[in-house]
Amino acid sequence: MAALLKVEGLKKSFGGVIALRDARFELEAGTVHALCGGNGAGKSTFLSILMGIYRRDAGKIWRNGQEVEFSSPAEALASGIAIIEQELSPIPQMTVAENIFLGREPPGRFGGVDFRKMNAAAQTILDDLGFAISSTRHMYSLSVAQAQLVEIAKALSHEAEVIFMDEPTSAIGHREAHQLFAVVQRLRAQGRGIVYVSHRLSEIFDVADRYTVFRDGAYVDSGLLADVDRAHLIRMIVGREMSEEYAKINTPSDEEGLSVAGLTSPGKIDDISFTVRKGEIFGIYGLMGSGRSEIFDCLFGLDRPSKGEVKLFGKPVSFAAPAQAIAAGVALVTEDRKLTGLNLTDSIRRNISLVSLRDLSPNFVVNSGREAKASRDTINRFSILVGRDVDPVSSLSGGNQQKVVLGKWFLRNPRVLLLDEPTRGVDVGAKREISRIVGDFAAAGGTVVMISSEIDELLGVADRIMVMRDGRAVDVLDRSQATAEKLVHLSV
Amino acid sequence: MTHPANRAQTVSEQPAAKAQRVDAAEVAKRIVREYGIYLAFVILVVVLSFANKYFLTQSNISNILLQTSINGVLAFGMTFVIITGGIDLSVGSVVALAGIVSASFATTSPQATVAGGPYPVFVALIVGVLVGSASGAIIGPIVARFNVPSFVATLGMLSAARGLTLIYAGGRPVPALIPQYRWIGNGSVFGVPAPVVIFAAIFLVCWFVLARTRFGRYVYAVGGNARAAKTSGINVVAVRFAVYVISGGLAGVAGMLLAARTGSALTQAGIGYELDAIAAVVIGGISLSGGIGRMTGALIGALIIGVMNNGLDLMGIESYYQQVLKGMLIVGAVMLDQRRNQGG
Repeated sequence: MAALLKVEGLKKSFGGVIALRDARFELEAGTVHALCGGNGAGKSTFLSILMGIYRRDAGKIWRNGQEVEFSSPAEALASGIAIIEQELSPIPQMTVAENIFLGREPPGRFGGVDFRKMNAAAQTILDDLGFAISSTRHMYSLSVAQAQLVEIAKALSHEAEVIFMDEPTSAIGHREAHQLFAVVQRLRAQGRGIVYVSHRLSEIFDVADRYTVFRDGAYVDSGLLADVDRAHLIRMIVGREMSEEYAKINTPSDEEGLSVAGLTSPGKIDDISFTVRKGEIFGIYGLMGSGRSEIFDCLFGLDRPSKGEVKLFGKPVSFAAPAQAIAAGVALVTEDRKLTGLNLTDSIRRNISLVSLRDLSPNFVVNSGREAKASRDTINRFSILVGRDVDPVSSLSGGNQQKVVLGKWFLRNPRVLLLDEPTRGVDVGAKREISRIVGDFAAAGGTVVMISSEIDELLGVADRIMVMRDGRAVDVLDRSQATAEKLVHLSV
Repeated sequence: MTHPANRAQTVSEQPAAKAQRVDAAEVAKRIVREYGIYLAFVILVVVLSFANKYFLTQSNISNILLQTSINGVLAFGMTFVIITGGIDLSVGSVVALAGIVSASFATTSPQATVAGGPYPVFVALIVGVLVGSASGAIIGPIVARFNVPSFVATLGMLSAARGLTLIYAGGRPVPALIPQYRWIGNGSVFGVPAPVVIFAAIFLVCWFVLARTRFGRYVYAVGGNARAAKTSGINVVAVRFAVYVISGGLAGVAGMLLAARTGSALTQAGIGYELDAIAAVVIGGISLSGGIGRMTGALIGALIIGVMNNGLDLMGIESYYQQVLKGMLIVGAVMLDQRRNQGG
């Protein structure tokens, strides 16, 4: 019998960045197949191609032995592939039933919708799954966990043969998760194929039979989960080869740079304490949603902590707005350069100068000569590849955009650098340059706190690494004791 | 889309002659892209000057500028607001409110004057600007602090300011303005009408503030990406507040110009003016989604509307048709902009 789904040699790149170089996958009927890989392994891109959201650059996809190509999610759905997405996309003002049957409402008289039939059908679906949710409730009145269950019901209502579940438990509680696992087992018994994507390894061992591992956009291995243990799986996900591009150049001093004690922001972070010395690169590792970025929000005046003390070079500080943090010599390179790092509608030069306008324009009027020079110096210092610096910053590649973000903060000559995923979506060459820049900064006595999902990078660059889970600091590992396995183990 | 970075690389690898040709084509494209609206304006003027002998005479040019001045002043204020990603629908009503209140300080009519009037003209003028700015200072926090969409907040002010105008004046106009006040609408400086001088001066100040000052940069940053602006240490709330105060203050100036020209302030003044100001801004290539545009764009946009109305008048085309044409012009200009932004 042909596999429900078979994929070979799938390739995809965005601009110059390769997201998938060689993805392979095979799904048998009646199995639950875990797709594993770290952030940036290419799982999301893989799913998006199979769902018809992205066009592949190369490779082949077979559905029941027949070669297929989907150019829209509707086509993928029509061929029996449904997805439960990580990000919810409900229409809050509509009822549960309306959301489940969106786009295929049962017709009533005079071209209307047969609401009675629709509500009853939706209720049947929910009851069958054992979800205690009324189909006539409005989406906005549901909790996040309940909304996630509705999303699951919606995907299953399509009677799809292949069901992708992308981190389905990330937003739901323990009880709902067990309901979901029961549903998964039922679907498997019905002979459907389920592709299960999750960072939570214990969950994978509970629910899945087979695994496939992706790393750096390529297939690594696949097989039966019964044949591997947790440590082995982690090794495959993380990869053994430690890249040499992270040359360690800084040595921590004994002087205190930034110290945090008992920092708490309800629902986000709980009792976080650490001290970073001058000349030190302090790493923070954790899964998305573990409270990593929220620490920076509290340190930079973007969020008010409810408790806790922050000291800068021994002096207590409290920032009500980013402007105060900036004035004190703190710089924050945010996680998402498009969302919070850059003004994409403006030019490279004006993005570089934005934080430093006060220095560049003492008399309220911007000194355009000094601004142009500052921009030129920054571009040279970080070897940013630009045509003209008055071109829009959106015309640059991801790596160069990221260097613009770094450049705009370095122009302020900060004393403390907060880096949130400084190399996300950046190619290897730019990654190396960025870690060199950060290393130089620390070597010159700067204080660095760096959040990263990339274990290699943290192990290569950081002097100590704090691991976060569910808003708490689980442990702080010294450079000498830190291994990829330990980091992953502590974080999940 | 071509990455300029890649472009720079490829160019340097090519023989010099070819590189120059590529650059020339690029430059031509860029000029059309960036200055298309100015080109359109020049073409409009040339065509009209051939179509009608009277068009390019000094008195007609002066007339066009006079007609444009009030809408232009409103458009300059609107530009600040729109670049932050907002909109100000209240300016038409604020024109009436500021005009009436200011005029009541400069009228000789015993029924309409405030106690002790008429006051010196500068008092009346300051009052007008203050009333306009105050209405902006009410909108500002509603938008900036309480996150009410600017469309809604200023729609509310559109209604409220008109009502306040009628309440203040008891529904009657304020007639018989003192000559010094009427001068700002009818006087002239070296043969140039006073409203045109004011219009030009306000343009220069607004252009300078937007293009050359730190505050101007903040306006762009807030409209381009408010979250990035906040993380960069910009007080986003203060910038948003300021643009509504500017827009309101300039609406006050426009209201006084209008009252001064007619010699009396009317409660029904300025109805629909907000739409003309938005039209000028939009025609001038300023993006309604914020972050993009220049003050010169608003100037040209206002002039294009003024020139078109005047040209059509001269050719004896009914004003009914003018409205249809203006509608087509607004939509056409934005369609071109969209193509430019996507194909850029």
